[in-house]
Amino acid sequence: MRDAHQNGIEVEGLVREFKKGPRAVDGIDLEVEPGEIYGFLGPNGAGKSTTVHMLTTLLPPTAGTARVAGHDVVRDGPAVRDAIGVALQEAALDPFLTAREHMRLQAGMHGLPRSEAERRGDQLIDRVGLSDAADRKVGGYSGGMKRRLDLALALVHEPRLLFLDEPTTGLDVQSRTALWDEVTRLAHQHGVTVFLTTQYLEEADALAQRVAIIDTGKIVAQGTPDSLKAEIGRPTVEAVPAEIAQRDAMRDVLGRFGTDTAAAPGAVAVRLDDGTEELAEVVRALDAAQIRVANLEIHAPTLDDVFLAKTGKRLEGAGEGTESEAAAGRQPTGELEAVGA
Amino acid sequence: MSAGAATVPAALPRERTGTLTQIGHLARRSVVRTVRQPAVIVSSMVFPLFLLAINASGLAATTDLPGFPTDSYLTFFLAVTFMQGALFSTMGAGQAIAQDIQLGFFNRLQLTPLRGPALIGGQLAGTLLLGVVQATGFLAIGLAFGADLEAGAAGALALIALACLVSIAFGSVGLTIGLRTGNAEAVQGAFPLLFVFLFFSSLALPRDLIAQDWFQTVATINPVSYVIEAYRSLLVEGWNGEALALGALVAVTVLVAGVTAATMALRTRMERT
Repeated sequence: MRDAHQNGIEVEGLVREFKKGPRAVDGIDLEVEPGEIYGFLGPNGAGKSTTVHMLTTLLPPTAGTARVAGHDVVRDGPAVRDAIGVALQEAALDPFLTAREHMRLQAGMHGLPRSEAERRGDQLIDRVGLSDAADRKVGGYSGGMKRRLDLALALVHEPRLLFLDEPTTGLDVQSRTALWDEVTRLAHQHGVTVFLTTQYLEEADALAQRVAIIDTGKIVAQGTPDSLKAEIGRPTVEAVPAEIAQRDAMRDVLGRFGTDTAAAPGAVAVRLDDGTEELAEVVRALDAAQIRVANLEIHAPTLDDVFLAKTGKRLEGAGEGTESEAAAGRQPTGELEAVGA
Repeated sequence: MSAGAATVPAALPRERTGTLTQIGHLARRSVVRTVRQPAVIVSSMVFPLFLLAINASGLAATTDLPGFPTDSYLTFFLAVTFMQGALFSTMGAGQAIAQDIQLGFFNRLQLTPLRGPALIGGQLAGTLLLGVVQATGFLAIGLAFGADLEAGAAGALALIALACLVSIAFGSVGLTIGLRTGNAEAVQGAFPLLFVFLFFSSLALPRDLIAQDWFQTVATINPVSYVIEAYRSLLVEGWNGEALALGALVAVTVLVAGVTAATMALRTRMERT
């Protein structure tokens, strides 16, 4: 565990209560290995940002312990801050400064000598693709450019751990992919441990080696994305009848193969009792019932299914921005949606 | 799951940053911000000059009062513009820190080895710059329109120096409000309250010529009167050590109280461990 002490995160029974409010974080335990990308997944208000604020020393915990890079977040705040880089939920930038001036300020505050600060700043600005805009005031930057600069600023002192709080919220697909690539590169090439909060399931799925799901301040599931999906196990078949009048008949037929689950408008979906082996049987049964099918798809379990199974709710933003799901005509999930609603 | 074959770069050379170094970095930022918001500088000068123009013409007959210290009401009232400028500094400093809190920039700074005094000192650097620009501008415009400066060229420097001291003193009050509220609109809301001090002072008349007893008492208790009278002494009388000392004393007292309150507000605001 020597490396874990140097580069990892160990949390036991962490609690944060706000005055006259609920427990925003309610006794969570987690361990993040060095060099790992750890996804912290949950809806708005679940406790993700409060956890990040405690782990980055910005907010003292009410109870519990947390060690980051081998240092206690309460007793060794300065040592923790020295080891970590942080990009919080909103890109915290001064609209009147340029990217280069931000770099100079951040590097200076971290004690980099002037020449090193210039070199490091230019290097990071180049790496995040902002060289052409480096001398423009960031007030005129797009959301994606601000996020990239925010990430670069978090890296200026070469931190061993990186906290990213919903780094891609509001970004377009291209900016999101570019940020994913950079995060992956940091972890894989430089051994930086990444603690990433997100409400996007595909982000956690694509980036994180392990994931924790937090809901109302409690961790409800933890493991690799594959192991969590395997826990849920059963795939879902979703079909759209060619004639809407046959929707109830289709529901009756599909109901023989599994349990009804949430589906896109006009579609019927069931979680199959016996896995994909039943698919041929499903098609034959629909044919026998003379139900014409406009579209039929099989969905492997997703982290959204895991979230649904563990919390009884769907996750806000689940599937947002994924072309495959948009093409499949799946229902975009909006606000937290109770099962069966 | 560990880094495995990851390439660990050579450690960056880093130094421990002292408070003065940090003040330097933050002051540079504060000055750059101020320079890049010319509208803030202009608006903080237009209103005081507007009030000066109205009063210099509308109240010119006041100089006929027996015992009035000058025959130029423009010269008499010019002192008030410096004080008004300082009150705008209060709002500017408060809004700057409140915006930092609202935008999350304050958290960014908290995550560095930031020292509290450096943040306060750095923020006040922009206020100081604004104070220099305002005072120079007010004086130049006043003189151009015929105001007197009895203390001469050295008096001009003393006047600008006093204006800078008063600006950072009242700027520290603004910082306290900004740190306490964390909200730029709340700072703006507090601004008119500060003007109460200005209006219940010796802004329009020397204290001994104020006819209403209660007003005279309030103006005598009001520390802002002594700051205005310090400015005024340089313009109207020449070198009046007592008036200057009283004005400077008020400014230093406000500065000490403001910085102390801002430090306490910063401690509350900075929850970091």
